[in-house]
Amino acid sequence: MDLIWLIPLLPGLGALVNGLVGVRAFGKRTAGLVANAAMAAALALALYAFWQLLSLPADAREHTVRLAAWIPPIPLALGNGAIGGFTVPWGFRLDPLSGLMILVVTLVGFLIHVYSTGYMHGETRGAYARFFAYLNLFAFFMLVLVLGDNFLVMFVGWEGVGLCSYLLIGYYYEKQSASDAGKKAFIVNRIGDWGFIVGIFMVYGTFGTLDFRAVADAAGPMGVEAAGFGTLSIITLLLFIGATGKSAQIPLYVWLPDAMEGPTPVSALIHAATMVTAGVYMVGRNAVLFSHAPMTMEVVAVVGVATAFMAATIGLAQHDIKRVLAYSTVSQLGFMFIAMGVGAFAAGAFHLMTHAFFKALLFLCSGSVIHAMAGEQDMRRMGGLKPHLPITYATMLVGTLAIAGIPPLSGFFSKDEILYRAFLDHKVIWGVAVATALMTAFYMYRLMSLTFFGAYRGPAWEAHGGRADHGHAASGGGHGHGGGGWRGPHESPRSMTVPLQLLAVGAVLAGFVGVPAALGGGNAIEHFLEPSFVARTAAPPGATAPATHEARGLGEAAHAAESKGGEGTGHAAHLSRSAELGLMALSVLAGIVGIAAAYRIFVRAPEIAETLARRWSGAHRVLSNKYYVDELYGATVVAGTMGAARGLWAFDRSVVDGAVNGSGWLTVSSAWVSHALDKYIVDGLVNLVGAVLEAGSFVVRRVQTGLVQNYALVMLFGVFAFVSVYLFVR
Amino acid sequence: MITATHYLLLSVGLFSLGVIGVLTRRNIIIILMSIELMLNAVNINLVAFSHELQNVVGQAFAVFVIVIAAAEAAVGLGIILAFYRNKETVNIDEMNLLRW
Repeated sequence: MDLIWLIPLLPGLGALVNGLVGVRAFGKRTAGLVANAAMAAALALALYAFWQLLSLPADAREHTVRLAAWIPPIPLALGNGAIGGFTVPWGFRLDPLSGLMILVVTLVGFLIHVYSTGYMHGETRGAYARFFAYLNLFAFFMLVLVLGDNFLVMFVGWEGVGLCSYLLIGYYYEKQSASDAGKKAFIVNRIGDWGFIVGIFMVYGTFGTLDFRAVADAAGPMGVEAAGFGTLSIITLLLFIGATGKSAQIPLYVWLPDAMEGPTPVSALIHAATMVTAGVYMVGRNAVLFSHAPMTMEVVAVVGVATAFMAATIGLAQHDIKRVLAYSTVSQLGFMFIAMGVGAFAAGAFHLMTHAFFKALLFLCSGSVIHAMAGEQDMRRMGGLKPHLPITYATMLVGTLAIAGIPPLSGFFSKDEILYRAFLDHKVIWGVAVATALMTAFYMYRLMSLTFFGAYRGPAWEAHGGRADHGHAASGGGHGHGGGGWRGPHESPRSMTVPLQLLAVGAVLAGFVGVPAALGGGNAIEHFLEPSFVARTAAPPGATAPATHEARGLGEAAHAAESKGGEGTGHAAHLSRSAELGLMALSVLAGIVGIAAAYRIFVRAPEIAETLARRWSGAHRVLSNKYYVDELYGATVVAGTMGAARGLWAFDRSVVDGAVNGSGWLTVSSAWVSHALDKYIVDGLVNLVGAVLEAGSFVVRRVQTGLVQNYALVMLFGVFAFVSVYLFVR
Repeated sequence: MITATHYLLLSVGLFSLGVIGVLTRRNIIIILMSIELMLNAVNINLVAFSHELQNVVGQAFAVFVIVIAAAEAAVGLGIILAFYRNKETVNIDEMNLLRW
């Protein structure tokens, strides 16, 4: 476990090798091998570390490794007047929550790396190595993010994954829309990061440390800010703003659908399985803070449910296969925030894990479909692909059933846990969430139907056979096929289908670590994660887990009990087992109804969809235009920023430049004056002297006749004169 | 009886002749000769006073002046010769190189 710092470092090393050497020198095989080896090593280390973590007793599962001091101690005045030594180590901490995260990141990451070797095969050599360098770099930063033991190290990872997201969205940087989408993602994330940074400042100002464990332990004994809006509420709200940016929640979700411009493995890894869950992870990491701020918790839950619902409705009317999945991701992230908001941190993390499996699976399947259709992403031009893509079809069906919440697939357990906890907390949130679950099932099965069932609607291909090999680039978007290499839809190579199958196994089985008590399970993952969400000082170790099962009242009583226990993640009151089973049945029913409706509309009677779209054309238009949110932001935020920039530019031009030019003009004119002075007065005086002398000499030089006898005569007269004076005056 | 006054009158006459010659003649050789006249007028003056005052210093001075006059004539003739080689004239009015 002392080697956990190697887990992020190995992919970092891979990125370094591929980025510095591979881009120029490596062939595709070597570049892919380096990247995959780095990820495989990281996965092996993560598994080993996790196994070691499990072998510890439940209350001691926490291990911190401090590599070195990053920021040496700086004495700083704190908000409470004391002087604290501000010091930040390069510290990594393995505890149940980060252990779960590194498993998800390395496992899903490794499978997606393998998948990418097949999917990106059509790229040129340098671009291929570049892709894997970015992908490894992303894994590095993501692992730093989840393993960091304090806010600043987490922030390094947080910004790093944002950078990699930008680089990978804009991977096809020759394409205008891709580079725009990259910039959009980056800028929108910056807005969230602002909240995160200010939140970190406030955490330090309040607690005098940035270490997660120290902050949680310090916050544990503090009172729950039930009525007012205190420091903890402000801190958690700011942190949540950061989470909305990274995890694509209202109002900052707009970048995620556009991020689908990146290659599909990127969408799967970064924009579905790992990076976008960083916000959820961050909220879970600060569970103690959040559970002390019920106001923020309500905000989190409401934002989560609103995002889940809104994104699901948009997902109903999208035609781009990846966009449907993107809105589905936004919606599922909303579910996770519902869980966080109602205090079910473990359920949120559980859903994060299962979602990572089935959403990565769905994205990779969509990538396989796009690969088969030679870059086509519009579902209206697909259909009837089931016989062509048997493996993709089967695995995607597994993913769809999992996300729809059909037991016993993974999505059922995690989503049902969230719905159950939401029901305990607030009935309206629960109701909207169930409706969202129904829509989720509906739009996912719509996607399945449009893609795999019905008649083939895509372009024709040359019938005569030959190898249906991939002599083409199946890169998402405009790269596609160059010319006539396409021989019709075909199954993807083994490097792509094997990860699909493995992820499908994961999507089926991942839920069994959290079988709820009502179904006779132990909800193992919840007990496992529990220590990460509580302050250590709150209760004697070992008593923590049982204590959380103590009966608690609903609503206010639950909050009161939480404040008494000083820990936020305990279970709220249990319903009777039959009621719990009833809720479960209801959520399963929602999934089945959604699937059945989609099957009825899109497979059995496709004309119904047309009729519906016509009858509700207004609503349909609003949905397919994504509620015009992009347009709204364009008209307000973007136009406002541009206007302000223009105003500043005008100010710069007229006032700042004016001042500079004015002072220049002043210098020039004063120089002109002094030049005139010099020329006419100083030089004038000198020239006057010369002129006077010249004029005088003009007269006097007449005396110099050059006639010697003249001189002699004058001399004679002079002698006469002097002698006369001598004689007469004497 | 010839007195000092007679000598002085002769000396004045000779000197005046020399001055007029210097001022009026254009030939530089004649001007030199006129200067010799003036020098000799001075010599008469010196000798006359030497005799009158019974002091031999005046005669010594006269001999000295004769020597100087010989040297002066030699230098002057040399200059004239050099000038003549340049200008091919002995007209005093052509000697105006230092004029403005």
